[in-house]
Amino acid sequence: MSGHPHSHSHSHPPVALRRPLWTPGVLVMLAFMAAAAVTLVVRFTGGIGAVSNLSNARPWGLWVAIDVATGVALAAGGFTTAALAHIWGRHRYETVVRPALLTAMLGYSFVVLGLLVDIGRSWAIWKPIFFQNHHSVLFEVAMCVLVYLHVLYIEFVPVVDEGLRDARPGHPLQKLVAAINRRLRPILWIFIVAGVVLSCMHQSSLGSLMLIAPTKVHPLWYTPLLPLLFLLSAIAAGFPMVIVEATLASSSLGTDDEMEVLTPLSRFTIVLLGLYLALKVGDLLWRGSWTSLLDGTTQSNAFLAEMGLGVVLPFLMLLRAKVRRSRRTLFIAALLIVGGVVLNRINVFIVAFTPPLSTTPYSPALGEILITCGFVAALMFCYRLAVTWLPVLAEKKEKTP
Amino acid sequence: MRRRSFLKMSLGGAIGAVALRPNSAAAWQSRAPADSYAALVDLTRCIGCRKCEQACQQEHDLPLPMKSFEDLTVLDNQRRPDAARFTVINRYHSGRVNPEGQLVADYVKVQCMHCQDPACASACITGALSKTAHGAVHYDVNKCIGCRYCMVACPFEIPAYEYHDPLTPRVMKCTFCEQRLREKQLPPACATICPTEAITFGKRSALLKLARRRLKEHPGRYIQQIYGENEVGGTSWLYLSAVPFSKLGFIPLPNKPLPKLTETLQHSLFSYLWSPALLFTLLSGLFFFNRRKQLQQPENSAGHAGGDV
Repeated sequence: MSGHPHSHSHSHPPVALRRPLWTPGVLVMLAFMAAAAVTLVVRFTGGIGAVSNLSNARPWGLWVAIDVATGVALAAGGFTTAALAHIWGRHRYETVVRPALLTAMLGYSFVVLGLLVDIGRSWAIWKPIFFQNHHSVLFEVAMCVLVYLHVLYIEFVPVVDEGLRDARPGHPLQKLVAAINRRLRPILWIFIVAGVVLSCMHQSSLGSLMLIAPTKVHPLWYTPLLPLLFLLSAIAAGFPMVIVEATLASSSLGTDDEMEVLTPLSRFTIVLLGLYLALKVGDLLWRGSWTSLLDGTTQSNAFLAEMGLGVVLPFLMLLRAKVRRSRRTLFIAALLIVGGVVLNRINVFIVAFTPPLSTTPYSPALGEILITCGFVAALMFCYRLAVTWLPVLAEKKEKTP
Repeated sequence: MRRRSFLKMSLGGAIGAVALRPNSAAAWQSRAPADSYAALVDLTRCIGCRKCEQACQQEHDLPLPMKSFEDLTVLDNQRRPDAARFTVINRYHSGRVNPEGQLVADYVKVQCMHCQDPACASACITGALSKTAHGAVHYDVNKCIGCRYCMVACPFEIPAYEYHDPLTPRVMKCTFCEQRLREKQLPPACATICPTEAITFGKRSALLKLARRRLKEHPGRYIQQIYGENEVGGTSWLYLSAVPFSKLGFIPLPNKPLPKLTETLQHSLFSYLWSPALLFTLLSGLFFFNRRKQLQQPENSAGHAGGDV
């Protein structure tokens, strides 16, 4: 975030939108949240088994694949935009940093909430801080997520400060936050750089998680390159996620469409997605697992869908300048990439997970789906609250004739 | 600090971090206990009486099953150990015939294999699972958070979970009766009860010798393999069989311990946090380099004050 956002020469400053809150969309979110709340009561009285199809053979399901793994991947816009605008010094992209930061902050908060539902002993979630297993990939992921979550909150302090300054000048809380922000400003770069480092660490390590189960993960996905592929796909999905969000926000809230930023942003995605595609194809050839591509099994079809619709198609689309310049087609391409990453995480953690001994199949139970949907709705609701009261998004620009 | 000197320091730090990087190639070492206890199951002796199941249930005070342990109709279905039973006997018809020409069944006891380098213990986020010097893979419920990564990691699909306990569910699996061994110096309950001495308890090295002797002395009785000798780096439960293990529900497994890949990766990347430190240094250098460049060319970003972070 910029310490001086109002000083951008030709961009428009982020403002608190102060739109009416109770729109039909928000009411739908509340309905999903209510359904999830009821399911959570069942979860915490009857156990995980009361609301899920998880079993001894399939201990990880929708919650790990979506709430945790996908949540982390789709929050990558936070550190990729921060790296681009602040570390790489491309300040023209400043306007997308704040919404991406907000998404990352909310995304990671809900990752932790998702974990609290998924782990059997939610109250013991603090234990890895004191009982550390340094051999465990999950331990490293957990520590990175824990620290990064706080880094994100710290990075968000200037936004809160600015919002309070406009809304409640002179209020004791405003003075406190302003004092914190003043002290924070000279050292904020440490948190921004640390945020990128922590992200690289755990985005990749999320991919290492399944490497301990070579006999259970389908060969189309099982590769020692999984950590690198996870890192690259998260980075590649970072800007598309920003594009999807910005387009959705500008459509539903009437804010600026930011096309003069999103179009050039998508050019980075060509390189990043192309790199990911090359690595993925190279990996298939190198391990020889391409032979199971046309098996016609659930796994091979899921893999083809993931790569075809989520990587190859949007890659080809983005190569065309016309696609990048049109708000609609750019949105579609970005949405395909985001969907591709969602599908990849679902594939790695659920579809590819085929333990050879137990034949118990897994598909998510209604309870799992309700809780996941409720969390997504709650995240969107929090986003809506934040942009209503805090300066995150930019108002529509006056069109100059 | 002057920016130029900061850049120099970044670079120096980066080179230093690379130079001090721990040598990763030879880093991984097995942490298997030197001469731990093990159990040898001679499947050619097992008659499928389920006495071991019963002894296990009593030893661990597990809930009584719906059908009694005398009821052998449960063998009509393949079963897996779960949160209420740490071991099960399964029956297989491999087409094996006895000297009289009659088809005979093979029975297989299933329980935690107590791997020498257990994937579950390597995966466990808090170290709630650990390999003891005695040989048991021990579960400490006081450290467990219920993430179930052990269940993901286990190649034998053994750890089970109390999915219907809302607040204090446990991971459930064979304990190798380690408490019994420690406090009463007794072999596991299943090994003690076995009426045909199909289960032999002892030091792993001694049991491997015993197994090899049986294979040598009765070559016609066994296939020439000790399952568990090398699978996933070796297990504390070893099996001898008359028919190929693949026909008895045993899966082929790599001889490499499963934690080797992930631990090598983690330790070569993150020992002393050298790679995060290196990345942090490089990115900080880049940050200050770009900020200085920006300060020198004010016309490019007019109004972008130096404190812009």
